[in-house]
Amino acid sequence: MTLRQAQDTGAADSIVVDGVTKNFTLRYHRSIKDITVAKMKGRAVSNTFKALDDVTFTIKQGESVGLMGLNGSGKSTLLKLISGVMRPDQGVVKTRGQIAGLIATGAGFHPQLSGRENIFLNAAIYGLSEEETAAIYDDVVNFAELGDHLNSPVGNYSSGQYSRLGFSVAVHIDSDIFLADEVLAVGDKPFKKKCMEKMEEIRDSGRTVVYVSHAAGSVKRMCDRVICLEKGRLVFDGDVDEGIEYLHYGEDDAKGSAKLKQLEAADSALGAEV
Amino acid sequence: MATGVDERPVRIVDAPLAPPAENLGLLSVFKRRYLLKLLVQREISGRYSNSILGVFWSYINPLTQFCVYWLFMGKIMGADKGMDNYPVHLFAGLVIVHFFTETFGAGTRSLLGNKGLLKKMAMPKEMFPVASMLVSLYHLVPATLILVVVCLFSGWTPTWETVPSFLLALGIVMALGTALALVFSLANVFFRDFGSAVNILTNYIRFGVPMMYPFSMIEGALGDKAWIYLLNPIADAVLLFQQAFWVGVTPNPEETAATHLPENLWMWGLGAFGVSLVLLVIAQVVFSKHENKIPERLT
Repeated sequence: MTLRQAQDTGAADSIVVDGVTKNFTLRYHRSIKDITVAKMKGRAVSNTFKALDDVTFTIKQGESVGLMGLNGSGKSTLLKLISGVMRPDQGVVKTRGQIAGLIATGAGFHPQLSGRENIFLNAAIYGLSEEETAAIYDDVVNFAELGDHLNSPVGNYSSGQYSRLGFSVAVHIDSDIFLADEVLAVGDKPFKKKCMEKMEEIRDSGRTVVYVSHAAGSVKRMCDRVICLEKGRLVFDGDVDEGIEYLHYGEDDAKGSAKLKQLEAADSALGAEV
Repeated sequence: MATGVDERPVRIVDAPLAPPAENLGLLSVFKRRYLLKLLVQREISGRYSNSILGVFWSYINPLTQFCVYWLFMGKIMGADKGMDNYPVHLFAGLVIVHFFTETFGAGTRSLLGNKGLLKKMAMPKEMFPVASMLVSLYHLVPATLILVVVCLFSGWTPTWETVPSFLLALGIVMALGTALALVFSLANVFFRDFGSAVNILTNYIRFGVPMMYPFSMIEGALGDKAWIYLLNPIADAVLLFQQAFWVGVTPNPEETAATHLPENLWMWGLGAFGVSLVLLVIAQVVFSKHENKIPERLT
Protein backbone atom coordinates (compact mmCIF):
# COMPACT_ATOMS: atom_id res chain seq x y z
CA MET A 1 0.00 0.00 0.00
CA THR A 2 1.36 3.38 -0.82
CA LEU A 3 1.28 6.60 1.07
CA ARG A 4 -1.51 7.94 -1.11
CA GLN A 5 -3.82 5.11 -0.21
CA ALA A 6 -3.07 5.51 3.47
CA GLN A 7 -3.95 9.17 3.25
CA ASP A 8 -7.24 8.21 1.69
CA THR A 9 -8.25 6.45 4.87
CA GLY A 10 -8.27 9.81 6.57
CA ALA A 11 -6.05 8.68 9.41
CA ALA A 12 -4.26 11.33 11.43
CA ASP A 13 -0.57 12.03 11.07
CA SER A 14 1.39 9.86 13.45
CA ILE A 15 4.98 10.83 12.64
CA VAL A 16 5.95 14.00 10.79
CA VAL A 17 9.57 14.41 9.77
CA ASP A 18 10.12 17.71 8.02
CA GLY A 19 13.42 18.82 6.54
CA VAL A 20 15.42 17.02 9.22
CA THR A 21 19.19 17.24 9.23
CA LYS A 22 21.43 15.76 11.88
CA ASN A 23 25.16 16.43 11.95
CA PHE A 24 27.63 14.38 13.91
CA THR A 25 31.00 15.69 14.88
CA LEU A 26 33.76 13.20 14.49
CA ARG A 27 36.51 14.05 16.88
CA TYR A 28 39.82 12.80 15.71
CA HIS A 29 41.81 14.47 18.43
CA ARG A 30 40.66 15.15 21.89
CA SER A 31 43.57 16.27 24.06
CA ILE A 32 45.47 19.54 23.72
CA LYS A 33 48.57 17.58 22.74
CA ASP A 34 46.73 15.73 19.95
CA ILE A 35 45.14 18.93 18.67
CA THR A 36 48.47 20.76 18.61
CA VAL A 37 50.19 17.95 16.75
CA ALA A 38 47.32 17.77 14.24
CA LYS A 39 47.40 21.54 13.68
CA MET A 40 51.13 21.51 13.11
CA LYS A 41 50.88 18.69 10.61
CA GLY A 42 48.04 20.48 8.89
CA ARG A 43 45.54 17.70 9.49
CA ALA A 44 41.91 18.30 10.27
CA VAL A 45 41.19 18.59 13.98
CA SER A 46 37.63 17.42 13.58
CA ASN A 47 35.08 17.09 10.85
CA THR A 48 31.35 16.76 10.74
CA PHE A 49 29.22 14.57 8.59
CA LYS A 50 25.54 14.59 7.89
CA ALA A 51 23.99 11.47 9.36
CA LEU A 52 20.67 12.71 8.03
CA ASP A 53 20.35 15.24 5.25
CA ASP A 54 17.07 17.09 4.72
CA VAL A 55 14.79 14.10 5.27
CA THR A 56 11.06 14.69 4.88
CA PHE A 57 8.17 12.24 5.14
CA THR A 58 4.90 11.75 6.97
CA ILE A 59 3.58 8.52 8.43
CA LYS A 60 -0.12 8.13 9.11
CA GLN A 61 -1.50 6.48 12.19
CA GLY A 62 -1.78 2.74 11.60
CA GLU A 63 0.81 2.55 8.84
CA SER A 64 3.54 -0.03 9.02
CA VAL A 65 6.69 1.32 7.44
CA GLY A 66 9.90 -0.53 6.72
CA LEU A 67 13.00 1.59 7.05
CA MET A 68 15.78 0.20 4.90
CA GLY A 69 19.25 1.07 3.79
CA LEU A 70 22.82 -0.02 4.15
CA ASN A 71 24.72 0.10 7.43
CA GLY A 72 25.50 3.70 8.29
CA SER A 73 22.78 5.14 6.08
CA GLY A 74 21.12 6.87 9.04
CA LYS A 75 18.34 4.44 9.98
CA SER A 76 19.13 4.27 13.68
CA THR A 77 19.74 8.01 13.86
CA LEU A 78 16.32 8.57 12.36
CA LEU A 79 14.74 6.27 14.92
CA LYS A 80 16.54 8.10 17.71
CA LEU A 81 15.11 11.37 16.47
CA ILE A 82 11.61 9.90 16.23
CA SER A 83 11.85 8.39 19.72
CA GLY A 84 13.12 11.68 21.17
CA VAL A 85 16.50 10.36 22.31
CA MET A 86 18.13 12.87 19.98
CA ARG A 87 16.94 16.15 18.56
CA PRO A 88 17.47 17.30 14.98
CA ASP A 89 19.93 20.10 14.21
CA GLN A 90 17.58 21.44 11.54
CA GLY A 91 13.99 20.66 10.73
CA VAL A 92 11.17 19.35 12.86
CA VAL A 93 10.17 15.94 14.15
CA LYS A 94 6.66 15.60 15.54
CA THR A 95 4.94 12.52 16.85
CA ARG A 96 1.54 11.73 18.26
CA GLY A 97 1.04 9.62 21.36
CA GLN A 98 3.12 7.17 23.33
CA ILE A 99 6.26 5.80 21.70
CA ALA A 100 7.89 2.51 22.60
CA GLY A 101 10.41 0.27 20.95
CA LEU A 102 13.95 -0.84 20.57
CA ILE A 103 16.79 1.16 19.11
CA ALA A 104 19.87 -0.63 17.77
CA THR A 105 19.00 -4.07 19.14
CA GLY A 106 19.08 -3.11 22.81
CA ALA A 107 16.94 -1.40 25.34
CA GLY A 108 18.26 1.11 27.82
CA PHE A 109 19.05 -1.05 30.79
CA HIS A 110 21.16 -0.55 33.81
CA PRO A 111 23.81 -3.30 33.96
CA GLN A 112 23.94 -3.38 37.77
CA LEU A 113 20.22 -3.89 38.20
CA SER A 114 18.49 -7.24 37.93
CA GLY A 115 16.16 -8.02 35.06
CA ARG A 116 13.21 -7.55 37.37
CA GLU A 117 14.34 -4.10 38.53
CA ASN A 118 15.13 -3.11 34.97
CA ILE A 119 11.59 -3.97 33.86
CA PHE A 120 10.27 -1.46 36.39
CA LEU A 121 12.89 1.16 35.52
CA ASN A 122 12.38 0.72 31.79
CA ALA A 123 8.61 0.97 32.13
CA ALA A 124 8.96 4.07 34.32
CA ILE A 125 11.07 5.74 31.63
CA TYR A 126 8.24 5.03 29.19
CA GLY A 127 6.03 6.86 31.67
CA LEU A 128 4.24 3.97 33.36
CA SER A 129 3.35 4.16 37.03
CA GLU A 130 4.19 1.41 39.51
CA GLU A 131 0.66 -0.03 39.30
CA GLU A 132 0.65 0.03 35.51
CA THR A 133 3.98 -1.79 35.45
CA ALA A 134 2.77 -4.37 37.96
CA ALA A 135 -0.23 -5.00 35.69
CA ILE A 136 1.92 -5.93 32.69
CA TYR A 137 4.78 -7.47 34.68
CA ASP A 138 3.71 -11.11 34.38
CA ASP A 139 3.15 -10.81 30.64
CA VAL A 140 6.57 -9.22 30.19
CA VAL A 141 8.25 -11.99 32.17
CA ASN A 142 6.39 -14.77 30.38
CA PHE A 143 7.17 -13.34 26.99
CA ALA A 144 10.88 -12.87 27.73
CA GLU A 145 11.26 -16.45 29.04
CA LEU A 146 14.36 -15.69 31.04
CA GLY A 147 13.63 -17.98 33.97
CA ASP A 148 15.92 -17.55 36.96
CA HIS A 149 18.08 -15.04 35.12
CA LEU A 150 15.46 -12.44 35.91
CA ASN A 151 17.00 -11.99 39.33
CA SER A 152 20.59 -11.58 38.17
CA PRO A 153 22.07 -8.29 36.93
CA VAL A 154 21.45 -7.67 33.24
CA GLY A 155 25.16 -6.94 32.89
CA ASN A 156 25.60 -10.72 32.97
CA TYR A 157 23.03 -11.36 30.25
CA SER A 158 23.95 -12.56 26.81
CA SER A 159 23.08 -10.20 23.98
CA GLY A 160 20.16 -12.45 23.13
CA GLN A 161 18.77 -12.39 26.66
CA TYR A 162 19.30 -8.65 26.78
CA SER A 163 17.23 -7.92 23.72
CA ARG A 164 14.60 -10.47 24.71
CA LEU A 165 13.94 -8.49 27.85
CA GLY A 166 14.05 -5.13 26.06
CA PHE A 167 11.70 -6.31 23.34
CA SER A 168 9.36 -7.85 25.86
CA VAL A 169 9.01 -4.61 27.83
CA ALA A 170 8.61 -2.54 24.68
CA VAL A 171 5.83 -4.66 23.17
CA HIS A 172 3.84 -4.68 26.39
CA ILE A 173 3.76 -0.89 26.63
CA ASP A 174 0.47 0.36 25.25
CA SER A 175 2.19 2.50 22.65
CA ASP A 176 0.69 4.36 19.72
CA ILE A 177 3.98 4.22 17.80
CA PHE A 178 6.16 1.14 17.89
CA LEU A 179 9.78 1.38 16.74
CA ALA A 180 11.66 -1.82 16.01
CA ASP A 181 15.30 -1.56 15.08
CA GLU A 182 16.85 -4.83 13.91
CA VAL A 183 15.01 -6.62 16.68
CA LEU A 184 15.53 -9.90 14.95
CA ALA A 185 19.28 -9.56 14.60
CA VAL A 186 19.83 -11.39 17.85
CA GLY A 187 17.72 -14.02 19.46
CA ASP A 188 17.08 -17.58 18.41
CA LYS A 189 14.65 -18.77 15.80
CA PRO A 190 11.67 -19.57 18.06
CA PHE A 191 11.98 -16.17 19.67
CA LYS A 192 12.20 -14.42 16.32
CA LYS A 193 9.00 -16.13 15.30
CA LYS A 194 7.33 -14.95 18.46
CA CYS A 195 8.59 -11.39 17.89
CA MET A 196 7.27 -11.31 14.34
CA GLU A 197 3.88 -12.51 15.50
CA LYS A 198 3.81 -9.96 18.28
CA MET A 199 4.72 -7.15 15.92
CA GLU A 200 2.01 -8.23 13.50
CA GLU A 201 -0.41 -8.14 16.40
CA ILE A 202 0.73 -4.59 17.20
CA ARG A 203 0.37 -3.58 13.58
CA ASP A 204 -3.06 -5.16 13.28
CA SER A 205 -4.30 -3.27 16.33
CA GLY A 206 -3.96 -0.04 14.35
CA ARG A 207 -0.75 1.21 15.88
CA THR A 208 1.97 2.82 13.81
CA VAL A 209 5.01 0.59 13.27
CA VAL A 210 8.42 1.64 12.02
CA TYR A 211 10.46 -1.44 11.34
CA VAL A 212 14.16 -1.35 10.54
CA SER A 213 15.46 -4.49 8.94
CA HIS A 214 17.81 -5.79 6.31
CA ALA A 215 15.64 -8.85 5.85
CA ALA A 216 13.58 -8.25 2.75
CA GLY A 217 11.32 -11.18 3.59
CA SER A 218 10.25 -9.91 6.97
CA VAL A 219 9.80 -6.36 5.65
CA LYS A 220 7.50 -7.73 2.97
CA ARG A 221 5.54 -9.56 5.60
CA MET A 222 5.35 -6.69 8.09
CA CYS A 223 5.14 -3.50 6.11
CA ASP A 224 2.93 -1.75 3.61
CA ARG A 225 5.40 0.98 2.76
CA VAL A 226 9.17 1.21 2.53
CA ILE A 227 11.41 4.20 3.12
CA CYS A 228 15.01 3.84 1.96
CA LEU A 229 17.91 5.90 3.17
CA GLU A 230 21.25 6.26 1.46
CA LYS A 231 24.04 8.24 3.11
CA GLY A 232 21.51 10.13 5.17
CA ARG A 233 19.25 11.07 2.27
CA LEU A 234 15.79 9.74 1.61
CA VAL A 235 16.08 8.02 -1.75
CA PHE A 236 12.89 6.00 -1.91
CA ASP A 237 9.48 6.21 -0.32
CA GLY A 238 6.71 3.98 -1.51
CA ASP A 239 5.69 0.43 -2.35
CA VAL A 240 7.38 -2.42 -0.50
CA ASP A 241 8.34 -4.51 -3.51
CA GLU A 242 9.64 -1.51 -5.40
CA GLY A 243 11.62 -0.42 -2.37
CA ILE A 244 13.26 -3.79 -1.99
CA GLU A 245 13.99 -3.84 -5.69
CA TYR A 246 15.41 -0.35 -5.45
CA LEU A 247 17.95 -1.53 -2.93
CA HIS A 248 18.85 -4.62 -5.00
CA TYR A 249 18.67 -6.59 -1.82
CA GLY A 250 20.16 -10.02 -2.10
CA GLU A 251 19.80 -9.65 -5.82
CA ASP A 252 21.95 -10.77 -8.58
CA ASP A 253 20.47 -8.79 -11.48
CA ALA A 254 20.82 -11.66 -13.90
CA LYS A 255 18.94 -14.06 -11.64
CA GLY A 256 15.58 -12.60 -10.82
CA SER A 257 14.17 -15.96 -9.87
CA ALA A 258 17.03 -16.67 -7.49
CA LYS A 259 16.17 -13.46 -5.70
CA LEU A 260 12.56 -14.49 -5.41
CA LYS A 261 13.54 -17.84 -3.96
CA GLN A 262 15.76 -16.11 -1.48
CA LEU A 263 12.93 -13.89 -0.37
CA GLU A 264 10.65 -16.84 0.04
CA ALA A 265 13.28 -18.64 2.06
CA ALA A 266 13.68 -15.53 4.15
CA ASP A 267 9.97 -15.42 4.72
CA SER A 268 9.85 -18.93 6.02
CA ALA A 269 12.93 -18.41 8.15
CA LEU A 270 11.42 -15.18 9.46
CA GLY A 271 14.38 -13.05 8.80
CA ALA A 272 16.92 -15.62 9.86
CA GLU A 273 19.45 -14.22 7.43
CA VAL A 274 19.45 -10.80 9.10
CA MET B 1 2.07 -10.66 2.60
CA ALA B 2 1.18 -7.69 4.68
CA THR B 3 -2.43 -6.84 5.05
CA GLY B 4 -3.08 -3.48 3.47
CA VAL B 5 -3.26 -0.48 5.72
CA ASP B 6 -6.81 0.22 4.61
CA GLU B 7 -7.96 -3.23 5.71
CA ARG B 8 -6.76 -2.76 9.28
CA PRO B 9 -8.38 -0.79 12.04
CA VAL B 10 -6.65 2.50 12.77
CA ARG B 11 -6.23 3.48 16.36
CA ILE B 12 -7.53 6.94 17.18
CA VAL B 13 -4.83 8.64 19.22
CA ASP B 14 -6.13 11.35 21.48
CA ALA B 15 -2.91 13.30 21.71
CA PRO B 16 -1.47 16.34 19.99
CA LEU B 17 1.19 16.13 17.32
CA ALA B 18 4.22 17.33 19.24
CA PRO B 19 7.99 16.94 19.32
CA PRO B 20 8.77 13.59 21.01
CA ALA B 21 9.92 13.65 24.62
CA GLU B 22 9.43 17.33 25.19
CA ASN B 23 11.40 18.37 28.20
CA LEU B 24 10.58 21.02 30.76
CA GLY B 25 13.88 20.51 32.55
CA LEU B 26 13.72 20.32 36.34
CA LEU B 27 9.93 20.68 36.20
CA SER B 28 9.73 17.39 34.30
CA VAL B 29 11.92 15.80 36.94
CA PHE B 30 9.45 16.68 39.66
CA LYS B 31 6.49 15.69 37.49
CA ARG B 32 7.98 12.22 37.13
CA ARG B 33 8.64 11.49 40.76
CA TYR B 34 8.17 7.73 40.43
CA LEU B 35 10.97 7.50 37.88
CA LEU B 36 13.09 9.76 40.07
CA LYS B 37 12.42 7.45 43.02
CA LEU B 38 13.57 4.42 41.03
CA LEU B 39 16.72 6.22 39.92
CA VAL B 40 17.50 7.30 43.47
CA GLN B 41 16.96 3.75 44.73
CA ARG B 42 19.21 2.48 41.99
CA GLU B 43 21.95 4.90 42.84
CA ILE B 44 21.73 4.18 46.54
CA SER B 45 22.30 0.50 45.84
CA GLY B 46 24.70 1.19 42.97
CA ARG B 47 26.99 3.90 44.29
CA TYR B 48 29.05 1.47 46.30
CA SER B 49 28.25 -1.71 44.43
CA ASN B 50 30.93 -4.38 44.24
CA SER B 51 32.51 -3.04 47.42
CA ILE B 52 32.64 -5.04 50.64
CA LEU B 53 32.08 -2.09 52.96
CA GLY B 54 29.32 -0.71 50.76
CA VAL B 55 27.47 2.28 52.12
CA PHE B 56 29.93 2.58 55.01
CA TRP B 57 32.29 4.28 52.59
CA SER B 58 29.95 7.23 52.80
CA TYR B 59 30.90 7.52 56.50
CA ILE B 60 34.47 6.25 56.40
CA ASN B 61 35.41 9.14 54.16
CA PRO B 62 34.27 11.97 56.48
CA LEU B 63 35.30 10.00 59.55
CA THR B 64 38.91 9.62 58.43
CA GLN B 65 38.95 13.28 57.41
CA PHE B 66 37.68 14.12 60.87
CA CYS B 67 40.51 12.17 62.52
CA VAL B 68 43.20 13.72 60.32
CA TYR B 69 41.94 17.28 60.68
CA TRP B 70 41.37 16.92 64.40
CA LEU B 71 44.88 15.56 64.95
CA PHE B 72 46.86 17.79 62.60
CA MET B 73 44.87 21.00 62.42
CA GLY B 74 43.44 20.90 65.90
CA LYS B 75 46.10 19.34 68.08
CA ILE B 76 49.39 19.81 66.22
CA MET B 77 48.76 23.10 64.37
CA GLY B 78 46.77 24.44 67.29
CA ALA B 79 43.63 25.56 65.45
CA ASP B 80 41.54 24.60 68.46
CA LYS B 81 43.22 27.12 70.76
CA GLY B 82 40.71 29.50 72.28
CA MET B 83 37.84 27.41 70.96
CA ASP B 84 35.38 25.44 72.97
CA ASN B 85 34.46 21.99 71.74
CA TYR B 86 36.56 22.05 68.57
CA PRO B 87 35.63 18.47 67.52
CA VAL B 88 31.94 19.45 67.18
CA HIS B 89 32.95 22.55 65.18
CA LEU B 90 34.94 20.29 62.87
CA PHE B 91 32.32 17.55 62.65
CA ALA B 92 29.39 19.89 61.99
CA GLY B 93 31.37 21.50 59.17
CA LEU B 94 32.35 18.12 57.72
CA VAL B 95 28.75 16.89 57.60
CA ILE B 96 27.50 19.75 55.44
CA VAL B 97 30.69 20.03 53.37
CA HIS B 98 30.58 16.30 52.65
CA PHE B 99 26.97 16.65 51.51
CA PHE B 100 28.15 19.28 49.05
CA THR B 101 31.24 17.46 47.77
CA GLU B 102 29.34 14.18 47.41
CA THR B 103 26.61 15.92 45.41
CA PHE B 104 29.17 17.73 43.28
CA GLY B 105 31.33 14.66 42.62
CA ALA B 106 28.61 12.06 42.06
CA GLY B 107 26.51 14.57 40.15
CA THR B 108 29.37 15.33 37.78
CA ARG B 109 29.78 11.62 37.00
CA SER B 110 26.02 10.98 36.77
CA LEU B 111 25.42 11.44 33.03
CA LEU B 112 28.48 9.49 31.97
CA GLY B 113 27.65 6.73 34.42
CA ASN B 114 24.17 6.26 32.96
CA LYS B 115 25.07 6.34 29.30
CA GLY B 116 23.46 2.95 28.72
CA LEU B 117 20.09 4.51 29.49
CA LEU B 118 20.73 7.91 27.94
CA LYS B 119 21.74 6.53 24.56
CA LYS B 120 18.64 4.42 24.16
CA MET B 121 15.77 6.01 26.04
CA ALA B 122 14.18 9.43 25.92
CA MET B 123 13.82 11.02 29.34
CA PRO B 124 14.62 14.27 31.12
CA LYS B 125 18.38 14.11 31.50
CA GLU B 126 18.23 16.40 34.53
CA MET B 127 16.99 13.30 36.36
CA PHE B 128 20.51 12.03 36.94
CA PRO B 129 22.19 15.05 38.57
CA VAL B 130 19.08 15.56 40.70
CA ALA B 131 19.06 11.89 41.72
CA SER B 132 22.73 12.21 42.73
CA MET B 133 21.88 15.14 44.95
CA LEU B 134 19.01 13.24 46.58
CA VAL B 135 21.21 10.18 47.23
CA SER B 136 23.76 12.44 48.96
CA LEU B 137 20.89 13.96 50.95
CA TYR B 138 19.88 10.44 51.95
CA HIS B 139 23.41 9.76 53.16
CA LEU B 140 23.30 13.00 55.15
CA VAL B 141 20.55 11.65 57.42
CA PRO B 142 22.62 9.20 59.51
CA ALA B 143 25.54 11.67 59.66
CA THR B 144 23.20 14.32 61.03
CA LEU B 145 21.82 11.88 63.59
CA ILE B 146 25.35 11.13 64.79
CA LEU B 147 26.01 14.87 64.99
CA VAL B 148 22.86 15.41 67.07
CA VAL B 149 23.79 12.57 69.43
CA VAL B 150 27.32 13.96 69.85
CA CYS B 151 25.87 17.41 70.54
CA LEU B 152 23.43 16.04 73.11
CA PHE B 153 26.27 14.28 74.93
CA SER B 154 28.22 17.56 74.88
CA GLY B 155 25.47 19.37 76.74
CA TRP B 156 23.66 20.88 73.77
CA THR B 157 21.01 23.54 74.22
CA PRO B 158 19.13 24.01 70.95
CA THR B 159 17.61 27.43 70.33
CA TRP B 160 14.93 28.72 67.99
CA GLU B 161 17.71 29.28 65.47
CA THR B 162 18.74 25.62 65.31
CA VAL B 163 16.13 24.23 62.91
CA PRO B 164 15.87 27.25 60.54
CA SER B 165 19.69 27.48 60.33
CA PHE B 166 19.91 23.77 59.56
CA LEU B 167 17.22 23.96 56.87
CA LEU B 168 18.63 27.10 55.27
CA ALA B 169 22.09 25.51 55.10
CA LEU B 170 20.55 22.42 53.45
CA GLY B 171 18.66 24.63 51.02
CA ILE B 172 21.84 26.45 49.98
CA VAL B 173 23.76 23.23 49.40
CA MET B 174 20.90 21.48 47.62
CA ALA B 175 20.39 24.36 45.18
CA LEU B 176 24.07 25.10 44.62
CA GLY B 177 25.04 21.41 44.49
CA THR B 178 22.34 20.67 41.90
CA ALA B 179 23.34 23.73 39.85
CA LEU B 180 26.98 22.66 39.76
CA ALA B 181 26.06 19.01 39.18
CA LEU B 182 23.98 20.02 36.15
CA VAL B 183 26.71 22.11 34.56
CA PHE B 184 29.63 19.82 35.40
CA SER B 185 27.85 16.59 34.42
CA LEU B 186 27.16 18.21 31.05
CA ALA B 187 30.73 19.48 30.69
CA ASN B 188 32.07 16.08 31.70
CA VAL B 189 30.29 14.47 28.76
CA PHE B 190 32.17 16.73 26.35
CA PHE B 191 35.51 16.85 28.15
CA ARG B 192 36.41 14.27 30.74
CA ASP B 193 38.83 16.83 32.23
CA PHE B 194 35.96 18.27 34.27
CA GLY B 195 35.63 15.10 36.29
CA SER B 196 39.24 15.45 37.38
CA ALA B 197 38.89 19.18 38.01
CA VAL B 198 36.06 18.53 40.44
CA ASN B 199 38.39 16.55 42.71
CA ILE B 200 40.76 19.51 42.94
CA LEU B 201 37.93 21.98 43.57
CA THR B 202 36.64 19.70 46.29
CA ASN B 203 39.95 19.91 48.11
CA TYR B 204 39.91 23.71 48.05
CA ILE B 205 36.35 23.79 49.34
CA ARG B 206 37.40 22.04 52.56
CA PHE B 207 39.92 24.79 53.28
CA GLY B 208 37.66 27.61 52.15
CA VAL B 209 35.03 27.11 54.84
CA PRO B 210 35.11 27.63 58.63
CA MET B 211 35.39 23.98 59.54
CA MET B 212 39.01 23.25 60.52
CA TYR B 213 39.42 26.80 61.80
CA PRO B 214 36.91 29.29 63.23
CA PHE B 215 35.56 32.23 61.25
CA SER B 216 37.17 34.56 63.80
CA MET B 217 40.53 33.50 62.36
CA ILE B 218 39.50 34.84 58.94
CA GLU B 219 38.24 38.04 60.52
CA GLY B 220 41.62 38.34 62.23
CA ALA B 221 43.47 37.85 58.96
CA LEU B 222 41.25 39.83 56.56
CA GLY B 223 39.92 42.46 58.96
CA ASP B 224 37.11 44.46 57.39
CA LYS B 225 37.54 42.55 54.13
CA ALA B 226 36.20 39.36 55.73
CA TRP B 227 32.99 39.84 53.73
CA ILE B 228 34.84 38.50 50.67
CA TYR B 229 35.08 35.15 52.43
CA LEU B 230 31.33 35.21 53.02
CA LEU B 231 30.63 35.50 49.30
CA ASN B 232 31.21 31.75 49.16
CA PRO B 233 27.75 30.19 49.67
CA ILE B 234 29.29 27.04 51.11
CA ALA B 235 31.05 29.09 53.79
CA ASP B 236 27.67 30.62 54.70
CA ALA B 237 26.08 27.17 54.83
CA VAL B 238 28.85 25.93 57.13
CA LEU B 239 28.46 28.97 59.39
CA LEU B 240 24.71 28.26 59.57
CA PHE B 241 25.56 24.70 60.60
CA GLN B 242 27.90 26.04 63.29
CA GLN B 243 25.06 28.28 64.46
CA ALA B 244 22.70 25.31 64.52
CA PHE B 245 24.95 22.82 66.30
CA TRP B 246 28.32 24.05 67.57
CA VAL B 247 27.27 27.33 69.22
CA GLY B 248 24.85 25.43 71.43
CA VAL B 249 27.49 23.08 72.83
CA THR B 250 29.86 25.84 73.98
CA PRO B 251 29.66 26.99 77.63
CA ASN B 252 28.58 30.50 76.70
CA PRO B 253 26.63 30.38 73.40
CA GLU B 254 25.98 34.12 73.16
CA GLU B 255 29.62 34.98 73.54
CA THR B 256 30.62 32.24 71.10
CA ALA B 257 28.19 33.55 68.49
CA ALA B 258 29.45 37.10 68.96
CA THR B 259 33.10 36.02 68.69
CA HIS B 260 33.07 33.31 66.05
CA LEU B 261 30.10 34.04 63.79
CA PRO B 262 29.81 36.99 61.42
CA GLU B 263 27.27 39.73 62.03
CA ASN B 264 24.10 39.41 59.97
CA LEU B 265 24.60 35.66 59.36
CA TRP B 266 20.91 35.31 58.54
CA MET B 267 21.20 37.95 55.87
CA TRP B 268 24.26 36.25 54.39
CA GLY B 269 22.51 32.88 54.52
CA LEU B 270 19.36 34.10 52.79
CA GLY B 271 21.49 35.93 50.25
CA ALA B 272 23.50 32.76 49.55
CA PHE B 273 20.28 30.80 49.12
CA GLY B 274 18.97 33.40 46.68
CA VAL B 275 22.20 33.37 44.70
CA SER B 276 22.18 29.56 44.63
CA LEU B 277 18.65 29.57 43.24
CA VAL B 278 19.67 32.05 40.54
CA LEU B 279 22.65 29.85 39.70
CA LEU B 280 20.30 26.87 39.50
CA VAL B 281 18.16 28.69 36.94
CA ILE B 282 21.28 29.64 34.93
CA ALA B 283 22.51 26.04 35.14
CA GLN B 284 19.16 24.83 33.79
CA VAL B 285 19.36 27.26 30.87
CA VAL B 286 22.89 26.12 30.01
CA PHE B 287 21.89 22.47 30.38
CA SER B 288 18.83 22.83 28.15
CA LYS B 289 20.91 24.55 25.51
CA HIS B 290 23.39 21.72 25.19
CA GLU B 291 21.62 18.57 26.37
CA ASN B 292 20.55 17.51 22.87
CA LYS B 293 24.20 16.84 22.08
CA ILE B 294 24.59 14.49 25.05
CA PRO B 295 23.51 11.13 23.51
CA GLU B 296 25.86 11.42 20.54
CA ARG B 297 28.81 12.39 22.73
CA LEU B 298 28.40 9.53 25.17
CA THR B 299 30.85 7.05 23.77
